[in-house]
Amino acid sequence: MDPLLVYPDPPPRELVQTLDLAGYAWEPLGGDGSDVVGDSWAGAIVCANEDPEGAWAVCRALRKREVPIEPLLLLVAGTQLDELDLRNELFDDFCLAPFHPRELEARMRHLSWRTGQETRPDTVEYGPLALNLETYQAALDGEPLDLTYMEYELLTFLASNPGKVFSRDTLLSRVWGYEYYGGARTVDVHIRRLRAKLGEKHSGLINTVRSVGYSFGQSRWGGL
Amino acid sequence: MTRETKRETDYVLRKVEERGVRLVRLWFTDVLGQLKSVAISPAELENALEEGMQVDGSAIDGFSRIQESDVLLKPDPETFETLPWGDPNEVSARMFCDVLTPTGNPFEGDPRQVLRRNLDRAHDLGYSFLVAPEMEYFYFANGDPTSPPQPLDSGSYFDLTTLDVADDIRKRTLGMLEAMGIPVEYSFHEDAPSQHEIDLRYTDALTMADNVMTFRLTVREIAYERGAYATFMPKPLSGVQGSGMHTHLSLFDTTGENNAFHDPSTELGLSTVGRQFIAGLLVHAPEITAVTNQLVNSYKRLIVGYEAPTYVSWARNNRSALVRVPITKPEKSTSTRIEYRAPDPACNPYLAFSCMLAAGLKGIEEGYELGPESSNNVFEMSDSERRDAGIEPLPQSLDAALRAMEGSSLVAETLGEHIFEWFLRNKRAEWRDYKAHVSQFELDRYLQAW
Repeated sequence: MDPLLVYPDPPPRELVQTLDLAGYAWEPLGGDGSDVVGDSWAGAIVCANEDPEGAWAVCRALRKREVPIEPLLLLVAGTQLDELDLRNELFDDFCLAPFHPRELEARMRHLSWRTGQETRPDTVEYGPLALNLETYQAALDGEPLDLTYMEYELLTFLASNPGKVFSRDTLLSRVWGYEYYGGARTVDVHIRRLRAKLGEKHSGLINTVRSVGYSFGQSRWGGL
Repeated sequence: MTRETKRETDYVLRKVEERGVRLVRLWFTDVLGQLKSVAISPAELENALEEGMQVDGSAIDGFSRIQESDVLLKPDPETFETLPWGDPNEVSARMFCDVLTPTGNPFEGDPRQVLRRNLDRAHDLGYSFLVAPEMEYFYFANGDPTSPPQPLDSGSYFDLTTLDVADDIRKRTLGMLEAMGIPVEYSFHEDAPSQHEIDLRYTDALTMADNVMTFRLTVREIAYERGAYATFMPKPLSGVQGSGMHTHLSLFDTTGENNAFHDPSTELGLSTVGRQFIAGLLVHAPEITAVTNQLVNSYKRLIVGYEAPTYVSWARNNRSALVRVPITKPEKSTSTRIEYRAPDPACNPYLAFSCMLAAGLKGIEEGYELGPESSNNVFEMSDSERRDAGIEPLPQSLDAALRAMEGSSLVAETLGEHIFEWFLRNKRAEWRDYKAHVSQFELDRYLQAW
């Protein structure tokens, strides 16, 4: 996975924490952006709340390149919104600082989806569970876990969004993606099959949320 | 090939490679419900997935037709599972197949296609069909038919004793089933010596029929591995309970959200659709019994004095009734269901589920009225009391069941002409052989007396 460029160097502590927890590779950008080499960047996050002038210069430099670096997410303070008016071409999206980690993650995900960049990591790991998205391998406590295609897709989807509660309908449309005979009961049946395969020790990784649907593991953001 | 099937196929091929699978077993089922398997090497798999695997169907029960004996096995990629028993360094996997004609049309002798067709029909009417069977079977010391079966223990219902050696076999079996994605609801020692029950959690009928096939093999494999023998023969021992396959049935709408049998405003929590479905099962029960209970031996289980149904009746909690409506908590709408108690575990699950579904749907389509619940124990009523209450007996022999089936347009439509005719012909021959056989019972009773 290509790294993100992050300005300034060092980036604010909460930003570093968010990126690390979300599994993004990143590199700090110290200068004015003119000396960035190579094209293998997943995008950039520029903090404009501390040193706006430096930040605008970096944005311009990243945009002016032969192959512009995108997507570019701007972090701005609420008092700076007016400054954005004439600079729309410099960024793809912005996020107000102080930011909520989940908002930042969601915006990054959405941006890379919109710009067609694949920033999805190759592996999903959660506690004892490891899923390799490249080879379709699944392992539990280091032992191979044999899943059918739909079980694998369902588990990957759930494990990529720990702590998030999904309704049966959402799971059907996101995982199956097409009209399926059993409708919502299909989801229940597959969840049960997954729990059976996870075994007694790990079946609790998938939680039933009464009258709502299912969730996997715990959110990285605790109760949020 | 749709994009989705392509991805499923890629997944299977990738998995075979990564897991080092040495053999892929292509499974399918003959008309009598015996599991058949063709093993292929991973190198042949891609072609089998794309084009199907040609096999000679003439040696397979119910497949043979003189003009065209070749059939195509088309593996269903969603059913790919590695087999958890055996040498972990020699991994083998299985896939269930749909059987097609050489031109790629569904083969009418394939029970899996029969069930698919009936589920499609239910879907057109706005329903999806969910089933949960309770599988009963016996463990014996060996499978030698020339001597009386030797139970592994003398335990009875829910027994948990150190004597219960079979408990260990059952536990290992449960682990294997779960590893293959077959969740189990309960498992316990049944009433008779060495008899066990494993209840499978509900799922759609096609997956469940596949699961029943996998289940029967798994139970046998693990028993064999531990030096014992497992049998699904319906009545292996006289004088004790036989093995049934009570099947819980429910219909959901096609969104899967709403249980079509559930109506909290009624006394039983059962909707009109639910009542009509039961009525359909009751009206057509005699016609479908040859399919749900297909052996001469099946009818030795369906006798008075054991917890097996002998009369066509329904009740809430009376275990002698043919259809039971389990009491469920009113707020748990998903668990409203009915239990059909005739089938035994030696049936062909694809055909048995098809017939139960078709009988119930007929009740809905024709708006059958459900008669009153039988409150008394029907076993204890006299023949005339039963007649007055309009309670018919279930067929009491394979012969009677075949006669009821012969005249049934419902069963003919459900199974299709090919299977319907072949089944009747094959089972008539079984009955003729049985009738001509002089049994030990007769020798014991008559040889010296006459």
